[in-house]
Amino acid sequence: MEKVLQRKKVSTLSELPRNLGKTVSIGSLEVALFRLNNGEVRAIENKCPHRGGVLAEGIISGEYVFCPMHDWKISIADGQVQKPDTGCVQTFGVEVENEDVYVLY
Amino acid sequence: MTKQKIVLVGNGMAGIRSLEEIIKLEKNKFELTVFGSEPHPNYDRIQLSKVLQGDTTVEDITLHDWNWYEKNQITLYTGETVIKVDTENQIIYSNKNRAVEYDKLILATGSLPFILPLPGADKKGVTAFRNIEDCQKMIEYSAHYKRAAVIGGGLLGLEAARGLLNLGMKVDVIHIFDYLMERQLDKTAGKLLQKELESQGMNFLMNKQTEAIVGENRVEGIRFKDGELLEADLVVMAVGIKPNVQLACESGIPVKRGITVNDYMETGIQNVFAVGECAEHREVVYGLVSPLYEQGKALAKKICEIPGEGYKGSTLSTKLKVSGVDVFSAGEINENTNTKTIKEFNDYQGTYKKILIEEGQISGAVLFGNTSESSKLLRMINQRSDIDDYLVSKKTEDGGVSLVAGFPDEEIICGCNGVTKADIVEAIQSQGLNTFEEVKGCTSASRSCGGCKPLVTDLLGLTTGTDSSLSSQKEPICECTTLSRDEVVAEIRDKNLSHTREVMNVLDWKTSEGCSKCKPALNYYLGMINPAEYEDERESRYVNERLHANIQKDGTFSVVPRMYGGVTNAKDLRTIADVADKYNVKLIKLTGGQRMDLFGIQKEDLPSVWADLDMPSGYAYGKTLRTVKTCVGENFCRFGTQDSISLGQMLEKKFERVGTPHKVKMGVSACPRNCAESGIKDVGFVGVDGAWEIYVGGNGGTHLKSADLLCKVKTTEEIMEITGAFLQYYRETANYLERTSVWVQRMGLDHIKAVIDDETNKQQLNERLNDALSVLKDPWKEAINSEEIQSSLYKSVKVPVETK
Ligand SMILES: Cc1cc2nc3c(=O)[nH]c(=O)nc-3n(C[C@H](O)[C@H](O)[C@H](O)COP(=O)(O)OP(=O)(O)OC[C@H]3O[C@@H](n4cnc5c(N)ncnc54)[C@H](O)[C@@H]3O)c2cc1C
Ligand code: FES
Repeated sequence: MEKVLQRKKVSTLSELPRNLGKTVSIGSLEVALFRLNNGEVRAIENKCPHRGGVLAEGIISGEYVFCPMHDWKISIADGQVQKPDTGCVQTFGVEVENEDVYVLY
Repeated sequence: MTKQKIVLVGNGMAGIRSLEEIIKLEKNKFELTVFGSEPHPNYDRIQLSKVLQGDTTVEDITLHDWNWYEKNQITLYTGETVIKVDTENQIIYSNKNRAVEYDKLILATGSLPFILPLPGADKKGVTAFRNIEDCQKMIEYSAHYKRAAVIGGGLLGLEAARGLLNLGMKVDVIHIFDYLMERQLDKTAGKLLQKELESQGMNFLMNKQTEAIVGENRVEGIRFKDGELLEADLVVMAVGIKPNVQLACESGIPVKRGITVNDYMETGIQNVFAVGECAEHREVVYGLVSPLYEQGKALAKKICEIPGEGYKGSTLSTKLKVSGVDVFSAGEINENTNTKTIKEFNDYQGTYKKILIEEGQISGAVLFGNTSESSKLLRMINQRSDIDDYLVSKKTEDGGVSLVAGFPDEEIICGCNGVTKADIVEAIQSQGLNTFEEVKGCTSASRSCGGCKPLVTDLLGLTTGTDSSLSSQKEPICECTTLSRDEVVAEIRDKNLSHTREVMNVLDWKTSEGCSKCKPALNYYLGMINPAEYEDERESRYVNERLHANIQKDGTFSVVPRMYGGVTNAKDLRTIADVADKYNVKLIKLTGGQRMDLFGIQKEDLPSVWADLDMPSGYAYGKTLRTVKTCVGENFCRFGTQDSISLGQMLEKKFERVGTPHKVKMGVSACPRNCAESGIKDVGFVGVDGAWEIYVGGNGGTHLKSADLLCKVKTTEEIMEITGAFLQYYRETANYLERTSVWVQRMGLDHIKAVIDDETNKQQLNERLNDALSVLKDPWKEAINSEEIQSSLYKSVKVPVETK
């Protein structure tokens, strides 16, 4: 069975504050959408692999988010949990077209 | 080629470490299966003491999480015990009727706590101290009962006792000998230790033999051989451990005290190995992890068929994990006719050192009070160094040369986690590490017992070329910088820095955008220095302070409105009840700070909840004044000598909202009965006839501490001034996240008194505080009135999906 990626418009750029996360639910899927300081928009699963912390509420620094629950450091770029902890979260593709932000899932 | 099957019985520290070593050597040669009786993945048993003492949590001591097993394709059966080994056909059987064949079997079944066979030992409330469940049991007991008795004054018993004290219990330690830790210490050190622990609040019953544990169903006390009785609700048995050899015995694998093994960890049966506390090597059974890890290395080499000289035995060393107590011992402990000793005893400072020398070589050492030489001595004992080398090393060290310089690369620095000198140096160099915390984070050195901290610090200094004695005094604010709090604050003032990114740029931060430690800290310092102009950065705030509500584990929030001085009225209560109905509040809880907490509110609903409440934020989430708890006071209470409610409300109204390094709690009691618990608050007031006593630096949390008397004053004006000066001085000089209890201790009460007593200082401090107070607004109101805040912080996006 082949999985076809779907594309959904979730927001406009101006609705996304810099260096803060936004919770986006697409049906039952929950995504944390981040607009980084360098202008890029990224999306990862909104659930910390440690104990399920909501990553959209974490402190962002560069390409990392710190989980608000117990401070795990997670890469927003590739979803990898940083040392000394381990694990990873799913990442999603993001496309920006004329101010509109799309998530591929 | 089919893979060889390795089965490991015992999902504990030694077994898993051995697998790790095997995987390091041969990634794909084996099919690995692990059985563990405990329901958890492998965790750091050592840190159970720290869990009990409140320094870490059960969640955070996992060493290998479920992912690790998956990633290494290890089949893991937790909560499942192996009950039989058929060594003939090479099959094991579990208690869940599973049969698994093996080519190689590793037994790492650890130890069982030794439970004295006393009448009553099976009563409710008797526990050992070995695993997570024991730990949880003690924590739970401490919530309901007061008196704990620990049987056994050894390492484990004392660590348990310290933990129970931290949990608020009254603790008696019962010991059969006349001094503590007799297996690791000599009498002098044992007595010094007892004195220190007594001053921490432990009570000791020495030379006592327990005869029975008494009580109806649950424990009510202990009876001793001499007929004396001791009341107790919880009894912790910490009298020793015995190797867990039942499975081996029943399966015909040769056992003496432990499962006997040779230098290659081979048992008497072909293809069966044993490692860890269950194994007996050259007539020694070890009970500390560092030797077990060496065994694991030897075992892995053997299984991967790499030639090596095997395991040759280890010298044991001891460190007690009780804060405020430094003891160390290694090798021989007591003098005999063949030994000479070097002894230094400093009664005044409470330090003691004894080095044992046999035929000119160092054979053992005991240190108390100052353990800075522990790593050096351990190494010298291991190598049976000449005592002259020690005496010379002392001279060169006084000249500033550290001993780690001379260590070979493969020398283990952290025995608990098996980290070598080469590992640490490599990490420092390749990742540009600069602080002890960074090294700990990257290499795990010092993560468990912390005994190797001095060596790691030295090594860091050597490798980076900085003077470690200096850098260890100066604590950088986080891993992004080498600058300390004081340096950063001075630079911000000097250079007039005005936002966090500017601080990071100008002060050469190693990361371009900081981390979760420095961002909030810098945000605080900037605001403290320049309250009128600094614009608070939302993205540098922890979630609770950014959203002005407390996040819960399911991602919903709780809301606590102000109730000044813990006073409310019928109208407010009605409003709260209506809000609770309207927003489907899951729980209304009275807090310890005399107000109400509404749980289970969705983030999107927060602004409208606040609008409906129409009350100021209670800042239950903030690093600021939380609450002022008050007793009823003179208007109603027959003992009250002062109007505590009015004073409490006045304080809360005056000082609310202002940012402090950490949360601040106050209490006002109208008489020394102290119903508002003023003695454990950051600032506490106690009414006495015609005057108020002001107490500071108390803490009722994990690190319970009673407050110190700052002064006694007559009028409310004086109270407001002194409190203002105290708060502002705390704001200006404390490290971010440093509670007043720690800060007062660090600065010294007398110093703080002197600062505040000075009339000019007092006035200026108050002026600066008033400047900061004058610009603050209620954050809930701000959110209600701002579209921008609502849409950027509280709105989430919901996109429907078509169902096909
Ligand atoms: C509170 C505390 C503090 C300590 N502090 C220190 C310290 O500061 N420094 C230090 O070096 N050491 C310390 N230790 C000792 C250290 O934790 C042990 O030496 C180490 O954990 C032993 O490792 P192990 O793998 O041999 O046994 P364990 O870690 O006990 O692992 C054995 C595992 O095997 C399981 N098992 C047993 N039989 C079976 C079976 N038949 N089938 C399936 N599973 C089975 C057991 O349930 C257990 O989980 C401390 C121990 C405690 C309890
Ligand atoms: S839930 Fe994310 S760090 Fe614990």
